[in-house]
Amino acid sequence: MIFLEHYLFLGAIIFTLGVLGIFLNKKNLIIILMSIELILLSVNINFIAFSSFINDISGQIFAMLTLTVAAAEAAIGLAILVVFFRNLGSIEVNKINKLKG
Amino acid sequence: MLDSIFKVLLLPEIYLAILSFVCLIFGLYIKKNAFRKTSNFAVLILLTTALLVYLDYETDFANYQNLFSNSSFINFFKFLVLMGSISSILISKEYFLSMKLKNFEIPILLLFSTLGMMLMISANNLMSMYLAIELQSLALYVAAAIKRDSHSSAESGVKYFILGALSSGILLYGMSLVYGFTGSMDFNSINMVISNYDNLNLGLIFGLVFVLVGLAFKVSAVPFHMWTPDVYEGAPNSITAFFAIVPKIAAVALIYRFCLIPFEHSYSEWSQIITFLSIASMFLGGIAAIAQSNIKRLLAYSSIGHVGYILIALVAANNDGIKAVSIYMFSYMIMNVAIFAIILSIKIKNEYLVEINDLRGLSRSNPIVSLSIAIIMLSMAGIPPFIGFFGKFYVFIAAIKQELYVLSILGVIASVISAFYYLKIIKVMFFDENIEDKKPNFKISFQSKIILTITLFLIVCFIFYPSILVNISANLKI
Repeated sequence: MIFLEHYLFLGAIIFTLGVLGIFLNKKNLIIILMSIELILLSVNINFIAFSSFINDISGQIFAMLTLTVAAAEAAIGLAILVVFFRNLGSIEVNKINKLKG
Repeated sequence: MLDSIFKVLLLPEIYLAILSFVCLIFGLYIKKNAFRKTSNFAVLILLTTALLVYLDYETDFANYQNLFSNSSFINFFKFLVLMGSISSILISKEYFLSMKLKNFEIPILLLFSTLGMMLMISANNLMSMYLAIELQSLALYVAAAIKRDSHSSAESGVKYFILGALSSGILLYGMSLVYGFTGSMDFNSINMVISNYDNLNLGLIFGLVFVLVGLAFKVSAVPFHMWTPDVYEGAPNSITAFFAIVPKIAAVALIYRFCLIPFEHSYSEWSQIITFLSIASMFLGGIAAIAQSNIKRLLAYSSIGHVGYILIALVAANNDGIKAVSIYMFSYMIMNVAIFAIILSIKIKNEYLVEINDLRGLSRSNPIVSLSIAIIMLSMAGIPPFIGFFGKFYVFIAAIKQELYVLSILGVIASVISAFYYLKIIKVMFFDENIEDKKPNFKISFQSKIILTITLFLIVCFIFYPSILVNISANLKI
């Protein structure tokens, strides 16, 4: 039998993976974009699990809205990435080091 | 019929949204001087929106199932946001034109993010709060990277995007927990549910912490501040001006509303987090700014420090705190508009001002400009006759009334530390020798001149008649 806590556990694991993906990754900016998607999707699992558990529709509506926002965010992220690549010729995370102090 | 249109809750926002699209199409079909015309049009739109907010019609027609709400606090902050974005568009027009950044999309991006900020301030539901935050920040991610051929602008865009998206992910995770453990998304019903508990359960505490972390990213409170100096430094100067002036006002209003409406009954939980954020921001903002040589980085750290004082007033959580934050945000906006109006009109050998040392000997070539900078710096440091003093004064009064003695003593100490770097700029201008070939050249446009005069007048003359603002802000209801 699958209960609410199993869904929450799955959501928490995916969320942690997404956050770790942002911080541990040294190679590629695309991986960071994918990690951001993971975070947003883990939240969706949470929302839908809660929504069906407490019999309230608004969690599912929020999940739909989150999907839309995630798509917009990915589009803008890729656009900024292209601008960055044109200036630097590379999308390595290590190269993001011009601004510091 | 016309009368009932004015009684719709979100009338200013709907008006702003429709006219932003009109402005977009207008910019698309104009061939000559598109940037100048769209930015004038954008200023006009924002002015009329500000008029609608100021008139503040009683709303009894549509309230969208409490997705948004209305109060004097909300209206005050909306008005501040609109004023901030009007003045930042006006002071930055010349900069954009001379940097050949003539994309007509820039004022439209700023219009959309202003719309997002207005919605963010009035949000009364987790759903509308999240969507408003995203509307605001998606437009600003693009604005940070708008100078497409510049390495630092692109890099600041990437940094802002990654950290902003991470912060909204964390915020969203917290929201999902709050929703799951209270069963509602409406601020008022969350408040009702929590008032029945003796203590918060673990899930709700986690949710609260995650949402506060996300909001701390947006107001750039330490330890979630690391994007601020980099983004301020990398973005074009006028976009930095917008970043420094406007989004912080909206984020501060949102963090106030979030702590004081849904989590009104769990003061003991969130006050610890906010106290830590506040102390850390004040001290880091003061100490890290000392080592900076870039003026935009310095202003970034100074804004981090200001957030620390604003959060003291949140910990106080009484009516004096609300009064203090309104006065503080007003003075913060005025001072930032003034300093950026000056920064955006100083050129050194056809390059805009970047390093603090480039201001050397400014007092000899431009005594009036250097005097104005000195006044703004003294005001930011909180030296008495100027407006910055009143912000800090009311914050500390609110803290002392709530018996937060330790916090107010630490605040005063941090304020003394941060006075050092403000005074350092004055010292560079008045006492350091000028290097001949790096002469600062001050050329200001007519609109910036008007804005600068008004803001300097408010900074200097606020002391003669403070009761206007103090009376308004004393009556604000959250």
